[in-house]
Amino acid sequence: MTRPITTGSSVDHVDAARRGRVLGWWFFAEGRLLRERPFLGVTIATAVGNPVLYLVAMGVGLGALVQQPVDGVSYLHFVAPGLVVSTVATTGAGWGTWPIMGGFKWERTYLAAAATAITPVQIALGELVALGLRLLVQAAVFWAIGLAFGAWPLASAWWVVPIGAAAGLAFFAPLAAYSATLEDEGIQFNFINRLIVMPMFLFAGTFFPLTAMPPFLQWIGWISPMWHGTQLARIASYGMANEPLPTLGHAAFLAACIAGGMAVAARTFSRRMEKAS
Amino acid sequence: MPVIRAADLVKTYGDFDAVAGIAFEVEPGESFGLLGPNGAGKSTTMRMIGGTLLRTAGVLEVLGLDPETHGPEVRASLGVVPQQDNLDEELRARDNLIVYGRYFGLPLSYLKPKADELLEFAQLTEKANAKVSALSGGMKRRLTIARGLVNEPRVLLLDEPTTGLDPQARHILWDRLFRLKEQGVTLVVTTHFMDEAEQLCDRLIVMDHGAIVAEGSPQDLIRRYSSREVVELRFGSDRNAAVAGELRALVDRSEVLPDRVLLYADDGEALLETINRRGLNPLTSLVRRSSLEDVFLRLTGRSLVD
Repeated sequence: MTRPITTGSSVDHVDAARRGRVLGWWFFAEGRLLRERPFLGVTIATAVGNPVLYLVAMGVGLGALVQQPVDGVSYLHFVAPGLVVSTVATTGAGWGTWPIMGGFKWERTYLAAAATAITPVQIALGELVALGLRLLVQAAVFWAIGLAFGAWPLASAWWVVPIGAAAGLAFFAPLAAYSATLEDEGIQFNFINRLIVMPMFLFAGTFFPLTAMPPFLQWIGWISPMWHGTQLARIASYGMANEPLPTLGHAAFLAACIAGGMAVAARTFSRRMEKAS
Repeated sequence: MPVIRAADLVKTYGDFDAVAGIAFEVEPGESFGLLGPNGAGKSTTMRMIGGTLLRTAGVLEVLGLDPETHGPEVRASLGVVPQQDNLDEELRARDNLIVYGRYFGLPLSYLKPKADELLEFAQLTEKANAKVSALSGGMKRRLTIARGLVNEPRVLLLDEPTTGLDPQARHILWDRLFRLKEQGVTLVVTTHFMDEAEQLCDRLIVMDHGAIVAEGSPQDLIRRYSSREVVELRFGSDRNAAVAGELRALVDRSEVLPDRVLLYADDGEALLETINRRGLNPLTSLVRRSSLEDVFLRLTGRSLVD
Protein backbone atom coordinates (compact mmCIF):
# COMPACT_ATOMS: atom_id res chain seq x y z
CA MET A 1 0.00 0.00 0.00
CA THR A 2 1.46 3.31 -1.01
CA ARG A 3 1.44 6.31 1.23
CA PRO A 4 -1.02 9.05 0.38
CA ILE A 5 0.38 11.85 -1.73
CA THR A 6 0.25 15.03 0.24
CA THR A 7 -1.15 17.92 -1.72
CA GLY A 8 -1.33 21.59 -1.04
CA SER A 9 -0.20 21.24 2.56
CA SER A 10 3.57 21.52 2.83
CA VAL A 11 4.25 23.73 -0.20
CA ASP A 12 3.65 27.46 0.09
CA HIS A 13 2.37 28.29 -3.39
CA VAL A 14 2.41 32.03 -2.84
CA ASP A 15 6.05 31.83 -1.88
CA ALA A 16 6.84 29.51 -4.83
CA ALA A 17 5.30 32.04 -7.22
CA ARG A 18 7.18 34.92 -5.62
CA ARG A 19 10.49 33.06 -5.86
CA GLY A 20 9.68 32.08 -9.45
CA ARG A 21 9.04 35.69 -10.41
CA VAL A 22 12.41 36.78 -9.02
CA LEU A 23 14.67 33.79 -9.60
CA GLY A 24 12.96 31.71 -12.30
CA TRP A 25 15.82 32.39 -14.71
CA TRP A 26 18.28 30.90 -12.25
CA PHE A 27 16.09 27.86 -11.54
CA PHE A 28 16.00 27.19 -15.26
CA ALA A 29 19.76 27.71 -15.69
CA GLU A 30 20.38 25.20 -12.91
CA GLY A 31 18.27 22.54 -14.60
CA ARG A 32 19.88 23.35 -17.95
CA LEU A 33 23.35 22.71 -16.56
CA LEU A 34 22.21 19.50 -14.90
CA ARG A 35 21.09 18.31 -18.34
CA GLU A 36 24.69 18.57 -19.48
CA ARG A 37 25.85 16.03 -16.91
CA PRO A 38 25.55 12.97 -19.17
CA PHE A 39 27.92 14.67 -21.62
CA LEU A 40 30.40 15.73 -18.94
CA GLY A 41 33.11 13.32 -20.09
CA VAL A 42 32.97 14.47 -23.70
CA THR A 43 32.77 18.11 -22.62
CA ILE A 44 35.88 17.85 -20.45
CA ALA A 45 37.80 15.95 -23.13
CA THR A 46 36.91 18.66 -25.65
CA ALA A 47 37.65 21.51 -23.27
CA VAL A 48 41.12 20.09 -22.59
CA GLY A 49 41.83 18.53 -25.99
CA ASN A 50 40.92 21.58 -28.10
CA PRO A 51 43.39 24.01 -26.52
CA VAL A 52 46.19 21.45 -26.52
CA LEU A 53 45.65 20.61 -30.19
CA TYR A 54 45.20 24.22 -31.27
CA LEU A 55 48.19 25.51 -29.32
CA VAL A 56 50.42 22.73 -30.62
CA ALA A 57 49.23 22.99 -34.23
CA MET A 58 48.94 26.77 -34.56
CA GLY A 59 51.20 28.15 -31.86
CA VAL A 60 54.04 25.69 -32.13
CA GLY A 61 53.62 24.16 -35.60
CA LEU A 62 52.53 27.14 -37.67
CA GLY A 63 54.55 29.37 -35.31
CA ALA A 64 57.72 27.62 -36.43
CA LEU A 65 57.07 28.87 -39.98
CA VAL A 66 56.21 32.41 -38.89
CA GLN A 67 59.66 33.56 -37.85
CA GLN A 68 59.23 37.31 -37.67
CA PRO A 69 57.02 38.89 -35.00
CA VAL A 70 53.36 39.48 -35.73
CA ASP A 71 51.98 42.73 -34.29
CA GLY A 72 55.24 43.01 -32.40
CA VAL A 73 54.99 39.67 -30.55
CA SER A 74 55.81 35.99 -31.23
CA TYR A 75 53.23 34.07 -33.26
CA LEU A 76 52.23 31.97 -30.23
CA HIS A 77 51.51 35.14 -28.23
CA PHE A 78 49.62 36.60 -31.16
CA VAL A 79 47.47 33.56 -31.93
CA ALA A 80 46.67 32.28 -28.40
CA PRO A 81 44.11 34.99 -27.42
CA GLY A 82 42.40 34.54 -30.78
CA LEU A 83 42.22 30.79 -30.28
CA VAL A 84 40.51 31.14 -26.89
CA VAL A 85 37.91 33.51 -28.31
CA SER A 86 37.20 31.57 -31.50
CA THR A 87 36.92 28.21 -29.71
CA VAL A 88 34.64 29.49 -26.97
CA ALA A 89 32.56 31.59 -29.37
CA THR A 90 32.00 28.57 -31.60
CA THR A 91 30.57 26.68 -28.63
CA GLY A 92 28.29 29.65 -27.94
CA ALA A 93 27.07 29.72 -31.54
CA GLY A 94 26.35 25.98 -31.36
CA TRP A 95 24.16 26.38 -28.28
CA GLY A 96 22.10 28.98 -30.08
CA THR A 97 20.96 26.68 -32.89
CA TRP A 98 19.75 23.05 -32.57
CA PRO A 99 19.42 22.98 -28.77
CA ILE A 100 17.09 26.00 -28.78
CA MET A 101 14.96 24.59 -31.57
CA GLY A 102 14.84 21.22 -29.81
CA GLY A 103 13.63 22.80 -26.60
CA PHE A 104 10.47 23.80 -28.44
CA LYS A 105 10.21 21.10 -31.06
CA TRP A 106 11.86 17.83 -30.07
CA GLU A 107 12.70 17.44 -26.38
CA ARG A 108 10.08 20.10 -25.64
CA THR A 109 11.74 20.87 -22.33
CA TYR A 110 10.77 24.53 -22.66
CA LEU A 111 7.10 23.58 -22.78
CA ALA A 112 7.52 21.62 -19.56
CA ALA A 113 9.22 24.54 -17.84
CA ALA A 114 6.62 27.01 -19.10
CA ALA A 115 3.93 25.04 -17.21
CA THR A 116 5.65 25.91 -13.91
CA ALA A 117 6.22 29.22 -12.15
CA ILE A 118 8.76 30.17 -14.86
CA THR A 119 7.98 32.48 -17.78
CA PRO A 120 9.28 32.16 -21.38
CA VAL A 121 11.45 35.27 -20.94
CA GLN A 122 13.08 33.64 -17.92
CA ILE A 123 13.72 30.50 -19.97
CA ALA A 124 15.62 32.55 -22.58
CA LEU A 125 17.57 34.31 -19.84
CA GLY A 126 18.24 31.01 -18.06
CA GLU A 127 19.74 29.58 -21.25
CA LEU A 128 22.05 32.61 -21.47
CA VAL A 129 23.16 32.30 -17.85
CA ALA A 130 23.75 28.53 -18.07
CA LEU A 131 25.76 28.96 -21.26
CA GLY A 132 27.70 31.87 -19.76
CA LEU A 133 28.81 29.70 -16.84
CA ARG A 134 29.74 26.84 -19.13
CA LEU A 135 31.75 29.13 -21.42
CA LEU A 136 33.58 30.63 -18.44
CA VAL A 137 34.74 27.16 -17.42
CA GLN A 138 35.74 26.29 -20.99
CA ALA A 139 37.70 29.54 -21.37
CA ALA A 140 39.36 29.08 -17.97
CA VAL A 141 40.57 25.61 -18.96
CA PHE A 142 42.00 27.07 -22.20
CA TRP A 143 43.70 29.86 -20.28
CA ALA A 144 45.23 27.39 -17.77
CA ILE A 145 46.58 25.19 -20.55
CA GLY A 146 47.92 28.31 -22.27
CA LEU A 147 49.91 29.01 -19.11
CA ALA A 148 51.73 25.71 -19.57
CA PHE A 149 52.59 26.72 -23.15
CA GLY A 150 53.84 30.15 -22.04
CA ALA A 151 51.18 31.74 -24.21
CA TRP A 152 50.41 34.72 -21.95
CA PRO A 153 53.07 37.46 -21.73
CA LEU A 154 51.08 39.70 -19.36
CA ALA A 155 49.45 38.85 -16.01
CA SER A 156 46.28 40.59 -17.21
CA ALA A 157 45.87 37.76 -19.76
CA TRP A 158 43.31 36.08 -17.46
CA TRP A 159 40.85 38.56 -18.95
CA VAL A 160 40.66 36.26 -21.98
CA VAL A 161 38.33 34.10 -19.83
CA PRO A 162 35.43 36.57 -19.44
CA ILE A 163 36.13 38.04 -22.89
CA GLY A 164 35.89 34.62 -24.53
CA ALA A 165 32.65 33.89 -22.70
CA ALA A 166 31.22 37.28 -23.71
CA ALA A 167 32.09 36.64 -27.38
CA GLY A 168 30.31 33.28 -27.12
CA LEU A 169 27.19 34.90 -25.65
CA ALA A 170 27.30 37.60 -28.33
CA PHE A 171 26.96 34.85 -30.94
CA PHE A 172 24.44 32.89 -28.91
CA ALA A 173 21.86 35.57 -28.10
CA PRO A 174 20.91 36.65 -31.66
CA LEU A 175 21.05 33.05 -32.92
CA ALA A 176 18.81 31.83 -30.07
CA ALA A 177 16.31 34.59 -30.85
CA TYR A 178 16.20 33.38 -34.45
CA SER A 179 16.16 29.65 -33.66
CA ALA A 180 13.06 30.09 -31.49
CA THR A 181 11.14 31.10 -34.63
CA LEU A 182 12.04 28.02 -36.70
CA GLU A 183 9.36 25.36 -37.02
CA ASP A 184 10.71 23.00 -39.69
CA GLU A 185 13.75 20.75 -39.53
CA GLY A 186 16.33 23.49 -39.12
CA ILE A 187 18.18 23.22 -42.45
CA GLN A 188 18.69 26.97 -42.06
CA PHE A 189 21.41 26.14 -39.55
CA ASN A 190 23.61 24.76 -42.32
CA PHE A 191 23.48 28.13 -44.06
CA ILE A 192 24.06 29.97 -40.82
CA ASN A 193 27.12 27.88 -40.07
CA ARG A 194 28.60 28.10 -43.54
CA LEU A 195 27.63 31.62 -44.56
CA ILE A 196 27.62 33.52 -41.27
CA VAL A 197 29.56 31.80 -38.49
CA MET A 198 32.33 30.45 -40.74
CA PRO A 199 33.16 33.78 -42.49
CA MET A 200 32.96 35.57 -39.16
CA PHE A 201 35.51 33.06 -37.86
CA LEU A 202 37.81 33.33 -40.89
CA PHE A 203 37.69 37.15 -40.79
CA ALA A 204 38.02 37.42 -37.01
CA GLY A 205 41.75 38.04 -37.21
CA THR A 206 42.45 34.85 -35.30
CA PHE A 207 45.44 33.68 -37.38
CA PHE A 208 46.48 36.99 -38.98
CA PRO A 209 45.61 40.65 -38.36
CA LEU A 210 42.36 41.69 -40.05
CA THR A 211 44.30 44.58 -41.62
CA ALA A 212 46.11 42.02 -43.78
CA MET A 213 42.84 41.56 -45.68
CA PRO A 214 41.80 43.87 -48.56
CA PRO A 215 39.96 46.88 -47.05
CA PHE A 216 36.70 46.05 -48.88
CA LEU A 217 36.51 42.71 -47.04
CA GLN A 218 37.41 43.93 -43.58
CA TRP A 219 33.81 44.80 -42.71
CA ILE A 220 33.13 41.07 -42.26
CA GLY A 221 35.44 41.20 -39.25
CA TRP A 222 33.93 44.41 -37.95
CA ILE A 223 30.49 42.81 -37.63
CA SER A 224 31.90 39.62 -36.11
CA PRO A 225 31.70 39.25 -32.30
CA MET A 226 34.73 36.99 -32.69
CA TRP A 227 36.88 39.81 -34.06
CA HIS A 228 35.84 42.22 -31.32
CA GLY A 229 36.47 39.54 -28.69
CA THR A 230 39.84 38.69 -30.22
CA GLN A 231 40.94 42.33 -30.23
CA LEU A 232 39.93 42.70 -26.58
CA ALA A 233 41.71 39.47 -25.67
CA ARG A 234 44.92 40.70 -27.34
CA ILE A 235 44.76 44.00 -25.50
CA ALA A 236 44.61 42.06 -22.23
CA SER A 237 47.05 39.36 -23.21
CA TYR A 238 50.00 41.26 -24.70
CA GLY A 239 48.90 44.88 -24.65
CA MET A 240 48.05 45.22 -28.34
CA ALA A 241 47.75 48.83 -29.40
CA ASN A 242 44.00 49.04 -29.82
CA GLU A 243 43.41 50.27 -33.32
CA PRO A 244 41.00 51.22 -34.85
CA LEU A 245 38.39 50.90 -32.06
CA PRO A 246 39.05 51.75 -28.42
CA THR A 247 38.70 49.00 -25.82
CA LEU A 248 35.35 50.32 -24.74
CA GLY A 249 34.10 50.17 -28.34
CA HIS A 250 34.83 46.45 -28.63
CA ALA A 251 33.19 45.78 -25.27
CA ALA A 252 30.16 47.86 -26.24
CA PHE A 253 29.78 45.87 -29.47
CA LEU A 254 29.71 42.56 -27.59
CA ALA A 255 27.33 43.97 -24.97
CA ALA A 256 25.01 45.25 -27.71
CA CYS A 257 24.94 41.83 -29.41
CA ILE A 258 24.04 40.15 -26.11
CA ALA A 259 21.47 42.71 -24.97
CA GLY A 260 19.92 43.15 -28.41
CA GLY A 261 19.78 39.42 -29.00
CA MET A 262 18.14 38.80 -25.64
CA ALA A 263 15.58 41.57 -26.17
CA VAL A 264 14.49 39.90 -29.41
CA ALA A 265 14.72 36.41 -27.84
CA ALA A 266 12.34 37.51 -25.08
CA ARG A 267 9.74 38.13 -27.78
CA THR A 268 10.41 35.15 -30.00
CA PHE A 269 10.46 32.74 -27.03
CA SER A 270 7.13 34.09 -25.75
CA ARG A 271 5.52 33.94 -29.18
CA ARG A 272 6.78 30.46 -29.90
CA MET A 273 5.58 29.19 -26.52
CA GLU A 274 2.08 30.37 -27.41
CA LYS A 275 2.17 28.56 -30.74
CA ALA A 276 3.67 25.28 -29.55
CA SER A 277 1.05 22.93 -28.25
CA MET B 1 -15.39 29.60 -4.24
CA PRO B 2 -14.84 27.59 -7.45
CA VAL B 3 -11.19 26.79 -8.23
CA ILE B 4 -11.80 27.47 -11.93
CA ARG B 5 -14.42 29.76 -13.40
CA ALA B 6 -14.84 30.39 -17.11
CA ALA B 7 -17.46 32.65 -18.69
CA ASP B 8 -17.89 33.40 -22.41
CA LEU B 9 -14.39 32.00 -22.92
CA VAL B 10 -13.26 32.37 -26.54
CA LYS B 11 -10.14 31.43 -28.46
CA THR B 12 -9.98 32.14 -32.17
CA TYR B 13 -7.22 31.51 -34.68
CA GLY B 14 -7.92 33.79 -37.64
CA ASP B 15 -11.57 33.05 -38.42
CA PHE B 16 -11.53 29.61 -36.78
CA ASP B 17 -13.19 29.36 -33.36
CA ALA B 18 -11.20 26.80 -31.39
CA VAL B 19 -13.22 27.66 -28.28
CA ALA B 20 -16.47 29.44 -29.02
CA GLY B 21 -17.73 31.04 -25.82
CA ILE B 22 -17.89 28.38 -23.13
CA ALA B 23 -18.81 28.73 -19.45
CA PHE B 24 -18.16 26.29 -16.61
CA GLU B 25 -17.06 26.11 -12.99
CA VAL B 26 -14.94 23.55 -11.18
CA GLU B 27 -15.42 23.11 -7.45
CA PRO B 28 -12.61 22.22 -5.01
CA GLY B 29 -12.04 18.47 -4.68
CA GLU B 30 -14.11 17.75 -7.74
CA SER B 31 -13.05 15.55 -10.62
CA PHE B 32 -14.12 17.50 -13.68
CA GLY B 33 -14.02 16.25 -17.24
CA LEU B 34 -13.93 17.79 -20.71
CA LEU B 35 -15.20 15.11 -23.07
CA GLY B 36 -15.18 15.47 -26.82
CA PRO B 37 -13.57 14.31 -30.05
CA ASN B 38 -10.20 15.53 -31.28
CA GLY B 39 -10.36 19.18 -32.23
CA ALA B 40 -13.28 19.97 -29.91
CA GLY B 41 -11.27 22.65 -28.08
CA LYS B 42 -10.40 20.67 -24.94
CA SER B 43 -6.62 21.11 -25.03
CA THR B 44 -7.00 24.76 -26.01
CA THR B 45 -9.12 25.28 -22.91
CA MET B 46 -6.56 23.49 -20.74
CA ARG B 47 -3.72 25.65 -22.01
CA MET B 48 -5.69 28.81 -21.33
CA ILE B 49 -6.23 27.60 -17.74
CA GLY B 50 -2.46 27.28 -17.33
CA GLY B 51 -1.94 30.74 -18.82
CA THR B 52 0.42 29.46 -21.52
CA LEU B 53 -2.14 30.33 -24.20
CA LEU B 54 -3.78 33.74 -24.27
CA ARG B 55 -7.56 33.87 -24.64
CA THR B 56 -9.25 35.96 -27.31
CA ALA B 57 -12.18 37.06 -25.12
CA GLY B 58 -14.13 36.21 -22.00
CA VAL B 59 -13.42 35.68 -18.34
CA LEU B 60 -11.17 33.02 -16.86
CA GLU B 61 -10.26 32.74 -13.19
CA VAL B 62 -8.11 30.06 -11.65
CA LEU B 63 -8.01 30.13 -7.84
CA GLY B 64 -9.46 33.62 -8.11
CA LEU B 65 -6.67 34.91 -10.37
CA ASP B 66 -6.41 35.65 -14.08
CA PRO B 67 -3.82 33.18 -15.47
CA GLU B 68 -2.75 35.69 -18.12
CA THR B 69 -1.71 38.39 -15.70
CA HIS B 70 -0.82 36.10 -12.80
CA GLY B 71 0.80 33.21 -14.69
CA PRO B 72 3.45 32.28 -12.12
CA GLU B 73 0.98 32.64 -9.22
CA VAL B 74 -1.60 30.42 -10.93
CA ARG B 75 0.89 27.84 -12.18
CA ALA B 76 2.57 27.56 -8.79
CA SER B 77 -0.67 25.94 -7.58
CA LEU B 78 -1.26 23.82 -10.70
CA GLY B 79 0.03 20.43 -11.75
CA VAL B 80 0.10 20.07 -15.52
CA VAL B 81 0.15 16.75 -17.38
CA PRO B 82 0.31 17.63 -21.09
CA GLN B 83 -1.12 15.53 -23.88
CA GLN B 84 2.32 14.86 -25.28
CA ASP B 85 4.96 13.84 -22.73
CA ASN B 86 7.71 16.41 -22.42
CA LEU B 87 9.93 14.67 -19.91
CA ASP B 88 13.62 15.40 -20.12
CA GLU B 89 14.92 12.35 -21.94
CA GLU B 90 18.51 13.19 -21.06
CA LEU B 91 17.83 12.94 -17.34
CA ARG B 92 17.12 9.99 -15.09
CA ALA B 93 13.58 9.47 -13.86
CA ARG B 94 14.28 10.80 -10.36
CA ASP B 95 16.24 13.82 -11.65
CA ASN B 96 13.28 14.75 -13.84
CA LEU B 97 11.21 15.23 -10.69
CA ILE B 98 13.93 17.18 -8.90
CA VAL B 99 14.76 19.53 -11.80
CA TYR B 100 11.06 20.19 -12.37
CA GLY B 101 10.61 20.90 -8.66
CA ARG B 102 13.45 23.39 -8.83
CA TYR B 103 11.44 25.33 -11.43
CA PHE B 104 9.09 26.11 -8.53
CA GLY B 105 12.03 27.19 -6.42
CA LEU B 106 11.53 24.26 -4.04
CA PRO B 107 14.59 23.38 -1.92
CA LEU B 108 16.46 20.11 -2.41
CA SER B 109 15.79 19.18 1.24
CA TYR B 110 12.12 19.01 0.27
CA LEU B 111 12.57 17.64 -3.24
CA LYS B 112 14.74 14.60 -2.54
CA PRO B 113 12.30 12.80 -0.20
CA LYS B 114 9.40 14.09 -2.30
CA ALA B 115 10.86 12.56 -5.45
CA ASP B 116 11.13 9.17 -3.73
CA GLU B 117 7.58 9.43 -2.45
CA LEU B 118 6.29 10.27 -5.92
CA LEU B 119 8.26 7.50 -7.60
CA GLU B 120 6.69 5.06 -5.16
CA PHE B 121 3.25 6.49 -5.94
CA ALA B 122 3.92 6.10 -9.67
CA GLN B 123 5.23 2.54 -9.10
CA LEU B 124 8.58 3.55 -10.53
CA THR B 125 10.85 3.12 -7.50
CA GLU B 126 12.95 0.51 -9.33
CA LYS B 127 13.30 2.88 -12.29
CA ALA B 128 14.46 5.86 -10.23
CA ASN B 129 17.91 5.87 -11.85
CA ALA B 130 16.81 4.77 -15.30
CA LYS B 131 17.05 7.21 -18.17
CA VAL B 132 13.64 8.38 -19.32
CA SER B 133 14.36 7.15 -22.84
CA ALA B 134 14.47 3.59 -21.41
CA LEU B 135 10.93 3.74 -19.94
CA SER B 136 7.79 2.32 -21.56
CA GLY B 137 4.93 4.58 -22.67
CA GLY B 138 2.89 3.80 -19.58
CA MET B 139 5.85 4.44 -17.27
CA LYS B 140 6.56 7.78 -18.94
CA ARG B 141 2.94 8.76 -18.49
CA ARG B 142 3.04 7.88 -14.79
CA LEU B 143 6.30 9.76 -14.39
CA THR B 144 4.72 12.81 -16.05
CA ILE B 145 1.85 12.61 -13.57
CA ALA B 146 4.29 12.22 -10.67
CA ARG B 147 6.15 15.27 -11.99
CA GLY B 148 2.91 17.24 -12.06
CA LEU B 149 2.46 16.49 -8.34
CA VAL B 150 5.90 17.65 -7.22
CA ASN B 151 4.67 21.08 -6.12
CA GLU B 152 1.68 19.58 -4.28
CA PRO B 153 -0.78 21.29 -6.62
CA ARG B 154 -4.27 22.28 -5.62
CA VAL B 155 -5.49 21.43 -9.11
CA LEU B 156 -4.11 18.74 -11.42
CA LEU B 157 -4.73 19.28 -15.16
CA LEU B 158 -4.58 16.05 -17.17
CA ASP B 159 -4.76 16.36 -20.97
CA GLU B 160 -5.69 12.99 -22.53
CA PRO B 161 -3.93 11.06 -19.75
CA THR B 162 -4.23 7.56 -21.26
CA THR B 163 -4.16 8.16 -25.01
CA GLY B 164 -1.75 5.74 -26.64
CA LEU B 165 -1.54 3.34 -23.68
CA ASP B 166 -2.44 -0.35 -23.72
CA PRO B 167 -5.42 -1.49 -21.60
CA GLN B 168 -3.30 -2.71 -18.70
CA ALA B 169 -1.28 0.51 -18.52
CA ARG B 170 -4.52 2.49 -18.63
CA HIS B 171 -5.96 0.64 -15.67
CA ILE B 172 -2.82 1.17 -13.59
CA LEU B 173 -3.00 4.85 -14.39
CA TRP B 174 -6.69 5.13 -13.59
CA ASP B 175 -6.01 3.48 -10.24
CA ARG B 176 -3.37 6.10 -9.43
CA LEU B 177 -5.66 8.95 -10.48
CA PHE B 178 -8.50 7.48 -8.46
CA ARG B 179 -6.28 7.52 -5.39
CA LEU B 180 -5.53 11.19 -5.96
CA LYS B 181 -9.23 11.87 -6.26
CA GLU B 182 -9.86 10.05 -2.98
CA GLN B 183 -7.24 12.25 -1.36
CA GLY B 184 -9.17 15.33 -2.38
CA VAL B 185 -7.04 16.58 -5.29
CA THR B 186 -9.08 18.57 -7.78
CA LEU B 187 -8.71 16.87 -11.14
CA VAL B 188 -9.48 18.41 -14.52
CA VAL B 189 -9.33 15.74 -17.22
CA THR B 190 -9.75 16.00 -20.97
CA THR B 191 -10.48 12.79 -22.82
CA HIS B 192 -12.09 11.40 -25.91
CA PHE B 193 -12.61 8.04 -24.19
CA MET B 194 -16.07 7.72 -22.72
CA ASP B 195 -15.00 4.90 -20.39
CA GLU B 196 -12.28 7.13 -18.98
CA ALA B 197 -14.74 9.94 -18.40
CA GLU B 198 -17.13 7.53 -16.67
CA GLN B 199 -14.36 6.13 -14.48
CA LEU B 200 -12.77 9.37 -13.42
CA CYS B 201 -15.22 12.24 -13.60
CA ASP B 202 -17.79 13.36 -11.04
CA ARG B 203 -19.06 15.89 -13.51
CA LEU B 204 -18.22 16.75 -17.08
CA ILE B 205 -18.93 18.96 -20.01
CA VAL B 206 -19.35 17.46 -23.46
CA MET B 207 -17.63 19.63 -26.08
CA ASP B 208 -17.98 19.71 -29.83
CA HIS B 209 -16.64 22.30 -32.29
CA GLY B 210 -15.49 24.55 -29.45
CA ALA B 211 -18.87 24.66 -27.72
CA ILE B 212 -20.44 22.88 -24.75
CA VAL B 213 -23.27 20.62 -25.89
CA ALA B 214 -24.15 19.13 -22.49
CA GLU B 215 -23.11 19.24 -18.85
CA GLY B 216 -23.71 16.96 -15.88
CA SER B 217 -22.55 13.81 -14.08
CA PRO B 218 -22.00 10.76 -16.32
CA GLN B 219 -25.12 9.03 -14.91
CA ASP B 220 -27.12 12.20 -15.19
CA LEU B 221 -26.15 12.68 -18.85
CA ILE B 222 -26.94 9.08 -19.71
CA ARG B 223 -30.32 9.34 -18.02
CA ARG B 224 -31.11 12.57 -19.81
CA TYR B 225 -29.87 11.75 -23.29
CA SER B 226 -30.09 7.99 -23.59
CA SER B 227 -32.15 4.98 -22.56
CA ARG B 228 -31.12 2.58 -19.80
CA GLU B 229 -29.92 -0.10 -22.21
CA VAL B 230 -28.74 -0.44 -25.78
CA VAL B 231 -29.09 -3.38 -28.14
CA GLU B 232 -26.28 -3.59 -30.67
CA LEU B 233 -27.05 -5.67 -33.75
CA ARG B 234 -24.96 -6.65 -36.74
CA PHE B 235 -26.63 -7.92 -39.86
CA GLY B 236 -23.64 -7.63 -42.16
CA SER B 237 -22.71 -4.35 -43.76
CA ASP B 238 -25.14 -4.68 -46.72
CA ARG B 239 -28.17 -5.64 -44.62
CA ASN B 240 -27.81 -3.13 -41.75
CA ALA B 241 -29.54 -0.32 -43.62
CA ALA B 242 -32.16 -2.64 -45.14
CA VAL B 243 -33.56 -3.87 -41.83
CA ALA B 244 -33.17 -0.49 -40.13
CA GLY B 245 -36.64 0.65 -41.22
CA GLU B 246 -38.34 -2.32 -39.65
CA LEU B 247 -36.27 -2.03 -36.47
CA ARG B 248 -36.97 1.68 -36.12
CA ALA B 249 -40.66 0.96 -35.61
CA LEU B 250 -39.83 -1.00 -32.46
CA VAL B 251 -38.04 1.77 -30.52
CA ASP B 252 -38.10 5.52 -29.89
CA ARG B 253 -34.49 5.94 -30.93
CA SER B 254 -32.10 4.05 -33.15
CA GLU B 255 -28.76 4.77 -34.81
CA VAL B 256 -27.52 3.08 -37.97
CA LEU B 257 -23.73 3.01 -38.02
CA PRO B 258 -21.69 1.60 -40.90
CA ASP B 259 -20.98 -1.66 -39.06
CA ARG B 260 -23.95 -2.01 -36.71
CA VAL B 261 -27.40 -0.84 -35.67
CA LEU B 262 -27.99 0.57 -32.18
CA LEU B 263 -31.46 0.35 -30.63
CA TYR B 264 -32.21 2.27 -27.43
CA ALA B 265 -34.58 0.65 -24.92
CA ASP B 266 -35.15 0.36 -21.20
CA ASP B 267 -35.30 -3.42 -21.37
CA GLY B 268 -32.78 -4.66 -23.90
CA GLU B 269 -33.39 -8.38 -23.41
CA ALA B 270 -37.13 -8.01 -24.07
CA LEU B 271 -36.43 -6.01 -27.22
CA LEU B 272 -33.97 -8.61 -28.46
CA GLU B 273 -36.57 -11.31 -27.90
CA THR B 274 -39.10 -9.38 -29.99
CA ILE B 275 -36.55 -8.99 -32.79
CA ASN B 276 -35.75 -12.70 -32.79
CA ARG B 277 -39.45 -13.58 -32.81
CA ARG B 278 -39.87 -11.51 -35.95
CA GLY B 279 -37.23 -13.62 -37.63
CA LEU B 280 -34.81 -10.76 -38.34
CA ASN B 281 -31.87 -12.97 -37.33
CA PRO B 282 -28.94 -10.64 -36.64
CA LEU B 283 -25.46 -12.16 -37.11
CA THR B 284 -24.46 -10.94 -33.67
CA SER B 285 -26.35 -9.23 -30.89
CA LEU B 286 -25.30 -7.56 -27.66
CA VAL B 287 -27.29 -5.96 -24.86
CA ARG B 288 -25.35 -3.39 -22.86
CA ARG B 289 -25.90 -0.41 -20.59
CA SER B 290 -25.94 3.03 -22.15
CA SER B 291 -22.67 4.95 -22.07
CA LEU B 292 -21.44 8.46 -22.72
CA GLU B 293 -20.68 7.33 -26.26
CA ASP B 294 -24.44 7.05 -26.79
CA VAL B 295 -24.92 10.48 -25.26
CA PHE B 296 -22.40 11.97 -27.65
CA LEU B 297 -23.95 10.19 -30.61
CA ARG B 298 -27.34 11.57 -29.63
CA LEU B 299 -26.07 15.11 -29.18
CA THR B 300 -23.89 15.39 -32.27
CA GLY B 301 -24.86 12.53 -34.57
CA ARG B 302 -21.24 11.39 -34.59
CA SER B 303 -19.01 8.96 -32.68
CA LEU B 304 -16.39 10.22 -30.23
CA VAL B 305 -13.64 8.20 -31.87
CA ASP B 306 -13.78 8.25 -35.65
